[in-house]
Amino acid sequence: MSEREPVGSVREMAMGVTVDAAAEAGLSPPDVEDGREEAVLTINFGPHHPATHGVLRLLVELEGEVVHDVKPYVGYVHTGIEKNCEDKSYWKVIPLVERMDYLSYYFNALAYCMSVERLLDEEVPARAQYLRVIHCELNRIHSHLVWLGTSALDLGAISILWYCFRERDKVLDLFEASSGQRMHTRYVQVGGVVEDIPANWARKVLAFTEDMVERVGQYEAILDRNEIFLQRTKGVGIVPPERLLELGVTGPLLRAAGNPWDLRKADPYSSYDHFEFKIPIGTVGDCYDRYRVRVAEIRESCAIIRQAVEGLPEGPWITDNRKVALPPRHELATSMEALIHHFKLVTEGFRVPPGEAYAPIESPRGELGCFVVADGSAKPVRVHMRDPSFVNLQSLREMCVGGYIADMIVSLAMLDPILGGIDR
Amino acid sequence: MPDPAGLELIAHELRERHPESIADTLYYRGIATLVVEPDHVLEVLSWLRDDPQQQYGFLASMHACDYLPHEPRFGLHYELLNMSRVERIHVKALLADPGEPELPEIDSCVSLFPGAGFQEREAFDMFGIVFRGHPDLRRILMPEEYEGWPQRRDFPLGGEPVLFTHNEHQMPRWYE
Repeated sequence: MSEREPVGSVREMAMGVTVDAAAEAGLSPPDVEDGREEAVLTINFGPHHPATHGVLRLLVELEGEVVHDVKPYVGYVHTGIEKNCEDKSYWKVIPLVERMDYLSYYFNALAYCMSVERLLDEEVPARAQYLRVIHCELNRIHSHLVWLGTSALDLGAISILWYCFRERDKVLDLFEASSGQRMHTRYVQVGGVVEDIPANWARKVLAFTEDMVERVGQYEAILDRNEIFLQRTKGVGIVPPERLLELGVTGPLLRAAGNPWDLRKADPYSSYDHFEFKIPIGTVGDCYDRYRVRVAEIRESCAIIRQAVEGLPEGPWITDNRKVALPPRHELATSMEALIHHFKLVTEGFRVPPGEAYAPIESPRGELGCFVVADGSAKPVRVHMRDPSFVNLQSLREMCVGGYIADMIVSLAMLDPILGGIDR
Repeated sequence: MPDPAGLELIAHELRERHPESIADTLYYRGIATLVVEPDHVLEVLSWLRDDPQQQYGFLASMHACDYLPHEPRFGLHYELLNMSRVERIHVKALLADPGEPELPEIDSCVSLFPGAGFQEREAFDMFGIVFRGHPDLRRILMPEEYEGWPQRRDFPLGGEPVLFTHNEHQMPRWYE
């Protein structure tokens, strides 16, 4: 038996939050004067709750089932990746940044590499740009599939999860074939990509995109006529696009509200201007539009992949600047120069001239920007990721306040936060 | 991105409106940078946001950096974006370190860009930069009772030693 006096009422202890804790956090204390103290209830939602898509803690103030206020608490999976990056040579940072947003690892690596390439003023060969596009779009499909499966699961639709993960597994098989890893592949390198694609891989990718378009139709057949799904998503969590822009929200959330902002079109990087694709946008900006936009994006990604595979240019897949990229293996046996470059790159890494650069790309969740500061040595002074989940999470409060707590689950799911990216 | 001439024009107009607001302009690798005096950062940001010629209405990112051997020590970076022209401008404010126990201070831009709220909290959490006027300046990623500013360059990378049987006696009260 503990000898300590219980701090709050039994009910507060059961909920894990005391009135003091709520007051400290800046939430208004329960309204006692007009006898409604039973009505306002402060609860912890998470951090360990399957519907938070990670370890996100929401301090929710409820009146009955209506949400009064939501405060997100993050940092439960903060691992100091940005700090660790400062102690690694440039090419060893890539595996670290890939682990930030663990569903869009190609994007993290691409943003970082583009930032370093900008500092080095390094050109990326056309084939490498196309290969980056193919892998990023496969990664976008993979990320959206995980989002679709888990979000539908939050709404009680279990079967869609298995269908989505079946297709996701095919994407991971493709990643495994091209780079040897299923997740965190370290495929994107400074100056290009690590390896050319294996024989027959292009054919597999084309077969996958054809299959995927058909599967998307099947998912829509499951969800689009499901009365429960429609009623729970339509008209829920609407925030006007102007307000979203003020809050810094980008990506599918902004596009669902009717603003066709997509960096792939607006500010094309990595040869995205070579491909024809549409930007799906919504009209209402509710959770249903967010679902429709992401599902339509899977189709557009398939179209981009098909064009990139069919138009894949021949040539090198990584820059031939030996100061930046490793020399090919066969040269090491015959060329002294290659051996020296190999030795210097593996032991010290390449040096980057002093400067700072910010490189933004369009990740599955919005603008992913990487800010790198170099001081002329072989290690970066600062690597910062502007993670879209981190910024987008601020709009959750406006989506939820005044709605039911069940709608908060939907809004959170359709926000698609990845806690690895938020906490870094 | 504004070209070097456009950047100089922006700096010139700002100098006319707010003398002593612009310390320097940099153009490097296609990125246009305005170095502003930290006391004038809000004036510069609000002019860039609201002037009909500029309209950099979207704050894409706001982050901090510690340039330790150099003075002034801390840098705050604002990545502004004009969405209709798809132009970016990088505004940078350099803050001197007042020395322990005081913390460097700058005005918060949450009143101009509400989306900077979390990112200013992160800069406070990691670098100990105080944002005057921020509505809710608390630690965001580290625990609230944490001491120190982990992403400063003089903060050690290591942290806690790992407990093994061979070194448990060197760690006082490890069993608590």
